Amino acid sequence: MPEMTYREAVAKALTDELASDPDVIFFGEDVAEAGGVFKVTPGLYERFGPDRVRDTPISEQAIIGTALGAAITGLRPVAELMFADFVPVALDQLANQVAKYRYMSGGQFVVPLTVRAAQGGGNGFGTQHSQCAESWLMNFPGIKVVSPSTPVDMYGLLRGAIRENNPVFVLEHKGLYNMKGEVPDDTAPMKLGESKVMREGTDVTVVASQLMMHRSLEAAEQLAREDISCEVIDVRSFVPLDKATILHSLAKTNHLVVVEEAPHQAGWGGDIASLAADEGVYWLAAPVKRVNMGAALIAYSPPLEDEVLPNVGRIMRAVKSVLTDA
Amino acid sequence: MITSLPIERRQQALRLMIETRLAEEKIQELFLANLIRGTTHLAIGHEAVAVGTAAALITGDKVTCTYRGHHHALALGMSLRAMMGEMMGKEAGACKGKGGSMHMTDASIGLLGANAIVGAQLPIAMGAALTAQVKKTGGIAVTFFGEGASNIGAFHEALNMASVWKLPALFICENNLYGEYSVWSKTTPVQDIAVRGTSYAMPGVIVDGQDAEAVYTVVKAAGDRARAGEGPSLIECKTYRYRGHSRTDTAPYRKQGELDEWLKRDPIDILKARMIADSQLDEVEFAEMRQAAEMAVVDAVEWAKQQPYPPVEALYADVYYEG
Repeated sequence: MPEMTYREAVAKALTDELASDPDVIFFGEDVAEAGGVFKVTPGLYERFGPDRVRDTPISEQAIIGTALGAAITGLRPVAELMFADFVPVALDQLANQVAKYRYMSGGQFVVPLTVRAAQGGGNGFGTQHSQCAESWLMNFPGIKVVSPSTPVDMYGLLRGAIRENNPVFVLEHKGLYNMKGEVPDDTAPMKLGESKVMREGTDVTVVASQLMMHRSLEAAEQLAREDISCEVIDVRSFVPLDKATILHSLAKTNHLVVVEEAPHQAGWGGDIASLAADEGVYWLAAPVKRVNMGAALIAYSPPLEDEVLPNVGRIMRAVKSVLTDA
Repeated sequence: MITSLPIERRQQALRLMIETRLAEEKIQELFLANLIRGTTHLAIGHEAVAVGTAAALITGDKVTCTYRGHHHALALGMSLRAMMGEMMGKEAGACKGKGGSMHMTDASIGLLGANAIVGAQLPIAMGAALTAQVKKTGGIAVTFFGEGASNIGAFHEALNMASVWKLPALFICENNLYGEYSVWSKTTPVQDIAVRGTSYAMPGVIVDGQDAEAVYTVVKAAGDRARAGEGPSLIECKTYRYRGHSRTDTAPYRKQGELDEWLKRDPIDILKARMIADSQLDEVEFAEMRQAAEMAVVDAVEWAKQQPYPPVEALYADVYYEG
């Protein structure tokens, strides 16, 4: 079974979709001749040519607007925004245009558009190159949002996103690009909207994504030595959200911890907590605990960045606290 | 040198301008009577820009435009009924009642949408131009915008990218002298928007926006150039907004006598006079044309009034494509 990195999984998904559908095109800043600033996309330009793999000017509004216009006229574009921190630069095109184009025309268009961006902290990129974008994007019905946490999911979800006849944001975590994992040769494009139970457990449900999901798995491993059994759920798809998998787990464990790489206010963890309150409150034996960045911003200095991002120790303490609150 | 359109196309252009004028006057009436909600932005005075451009387009070309876009939609072939239905938020409207005055859209005639965010329609048209380029359709994409939009970032990004990619795109500026309530000299440091084409190494052409055939002539030439793979052009149509910015604005900020000066160069009168001079029209025929347009507008309004509103379940339809 072939092993590849998360980075290679992005490249393979793009390659396979460009090869299978001539309407797929790919563009962004430095993605073509340079192969991407994260070296995710080398070779695509050489293989698929300058018409289908393009470098753009540093023009995020034009990148997204052009992708939208191409999507509604017969192409299946994949646009790269490089850093997810640039989402707000293109926010009008995303929030007012991409998300609403089908709706406000009364369904005249399908919008088969994929936007990729690299997100997440932990690498010393500082305040404006380290943020996660899920919570921003979730407020715009009309856009789907997926955040793969493993190479196999990266490959399958990106292909699924490209084949989707709706706008999909695929968020790649910078801290995972070098992570290796098995991607079976027959991995098919994956359906969006499904979470995955990454570790089964009985005492506490821990909902997390990407780097925080991996830290939650580590916390679960250490907690197991203390006879605390965590069920770790990888969100994978933020829009649409797989409520059933979360509620099913909550019914079993009666305890919920949400780990977000995001500020607390209006963060996606609030939606998970609200789901538990709305549809799972009688299963809850203790208050829901959210582990996140609070009201702080990401800072450059190593100890400050280490402090703001939830770590294994904080996740473990949160799990223990919901158990002792009961 | 202004190209003369053949008589049938002149008749069509004149008919469309009259219909548009009367439809917009009716729209204002309906707003004041509370039969239409929200706001509206009338293009009365701009009609020649729309019909002159539409005359230069061919099937398959794509257009994005602005919230002041009723004239674009009608010139491209949207039916008066679909427009009035949309104005009133009816299910049979152009956008099933989801869009309203500022979002007239009809994919079947290449109108990819009017946009309520200043300048946002420019990059979207670049995508349509990209599709034409990649698929080698021979089509072009046209985007209309006001002179005020030339001060927003999306204008710069779209023109720059269109030029470096040599996209088959036309940027058509309707310079009506006012960005909302501000006269453009207070917000814009250049005399002509067309000079901004220089920054993007594309032709910038100024044309009399009150003369439909003059507009046709420059749009046709720029369109041919774009279709031949020679890249985009910026076209500035000098025109005038007879009414205020939106529904409630009476335009007290404009100079006394300015409107009267522009009324002397009304786009309908200019084409009408030319046709009369060429013995293609007389006053009786013009009156008949106007009467037919009035009837068509009344028919559309009465028809739209009778149409049902969308069912409330429609609120949740088309957020996503299901399937």
